[in-house]
Amino acid sequence: MLTLNIKEELNKTEEKTKIKVKDLNFYYGPKQTLKNISMDIYEKKVTAIIGPSGCGKSTFIRLFNRMDEFVLESKSEGEIIIDGKNILEKDTDLIDLRRRVGMVFQKPNPFPKTIMENIAYGLKVNGWKDNFQIETRVIDSLKKSALWEEVKYRLKENAYGLSGGQQQRLCIARCIAVRPEIILFDEPCASLDPISTAKIEELIMDLKKDYTIVIVTHNMQQAARISDYTAFFLMGEMIEYGLTKNIFENPKDKRTEDYITGRFG
Amino acid sequence: MKKVLFNHAIKSIFFLNILLVILIVGFIFIKGYKIISLKFLFTMPYNSMTEGGIFPALVGTFLLTSLSIIFALPPGVITAIYLNEYVKNKHLINIIKISINTLAGVPSVVFGLFGFSVFVKFFGFGVSLLSGAFTLSIVILPIFISATIEALSAVPYSLREASMALGATKLYTIRHTVLPAAFSSIMTAIILSTGRAAGETAPILFTAAVFFQKNLPDSLFSPVMALPYHIYALMTEGTHPEKQVAIAYGSALVLIITVLFLISLAVFLREKRRRYVNFKH
Repeated sequence: MLTLNIKEELNKTEEKTKIKVKDLNFYYGPKQTLKNISMDIYEKKVTAIIGPSGCGKSTFIRLFNRMDEFVLESKSEGEIIIDGKNILEKDTDLIDLRRRVGMVFQKPNPFPKTIMENIAYGLKVNGWKDNFQIETRVIDSLKKSALWEEVKYRLKENAYGLSGGQQQRLCIARCIAVRPEIILFDEPCASLDPISTAKIEELIMDLKKDYTIVIVTHNMQQAARISDYTAFFLMGEMIEYGLTKNIFENPKDKRTEDYITGRFG
Repeated sequence: MKKVLFNHAIKSIFFLNILLVILIVGFIFIKGYKIISLKFLFTMPYNSMTEGGIFPALVGTFLLTSLSIIFALPPGVITAIYLNEYVKNKHLINIIKISINTLAGVPSVVFGLFGFSVFVKFFGFGVSLLSGAFTLSIVILPIFISATIEALSAVPYSLREASMALGATKLYTIRHTVLPAAFSSIMTAIILSTGRAAGETAPILFTAAVFFQKNLPDSLFSPVMALPYHIYALMTEGTHPEKQVAIAYGSALVLIITVLFLISLAVFLREKRRRYVNFKH
């Protein structure tokens, strides 16, 4: 037990902080949806955020790529530091930020365009012109998102012809095509069947090699399976955060334990 | 029991409506089909409009309609984009939407008078193709804006989100995601507006249409003949009603077929879009 703890501590010190959240508060109109959140998210690890509906977990990760920009009458306080810079500041280059911090949404949302165009979209946004380069990157992204074998003969077909799980992997391919550093997953398997879910989970484990991953999920088994770190949110507060193993096997807070054992949520 | 009665009532009203449409179209068809031939469509009227075809009226209606669409398209699309994508103040949107709907409800003869005093007199375009097209474009503008707003708001928010999350600006998102996704609905809106513009009489009554013309219009400033006005003129003026009435029914049939064709085209396009791009998000 003791040696294990030491090992864990060692692990912790080796890890590099990618995102540092300091005293984060978020208000939606008069309602405070995030309360005093501070946490470090480590590079090239999967960090899961769990909690019941409405606990603010989606709101939280949407701040990392500043999608709160489109929420009317919202206000944030505190800091989110990515690579030494507080991205909540007004002068943040949102376009550059969103290139570095990609996002995969709850429901697959491919564009009503061809598979090729879908993945090339982000590249074209970033000013890519050369068709050969674009094509190479598209194929590379498809291979990395484990979709290549299924779509290699139908790149010119509309993405809406794909199944839900394939569409979601297409969205992941679209996201990694611009080579972000961080990928945010906002309940990526919420609308998928178990087989597609398994494929996505496998993919996320694989992507961990190259990317820092933050995943919001409703599904605790999923968090336990794929994440290295887990944070438990409740009513806008972060109740507990630590190694996934510890959170699930030995939660310190009564509320975490209740949630994990299914007493509420 | 009540439910059954209600169902029957709804059904009979539905069939009554269909019957009415069939009656109107059928009546005009029976009265007008005899006179229709290629010669009728493509020759000038002569012998003080008691003989010959409707070619100049057909050309006039075509020119008026296409010009009015060209004039209405840019401001219509831009207004719709602004209202749907940029304005955040809900009260302002409501006020503008109410104004647009009110404008759509204004009797078209009022637009005719407006066009007469503004385009014909104030700007000095005279009774001309240009004045008529401008007036018609104002008539169709509110319908067109409403339909385009509907088309834009049917594009799911998740697509905009996907584009923004990839680092696209708002303008880029509108150009490359929203407009392409709304394209076929906007086409439908254009076609429906075309149908409306082709059939309107009152707006061109004082601004563009003339009773008779020897030659086809040769500039934007020449007056034109137009199908709806041609029908009106044939029925109310002239000296040989017995010959003119037949020509009027023929013209009406041509007009009604054109409009029905345009509407069917719009419906066809809409169904086609539903089949290929069905937004489930």
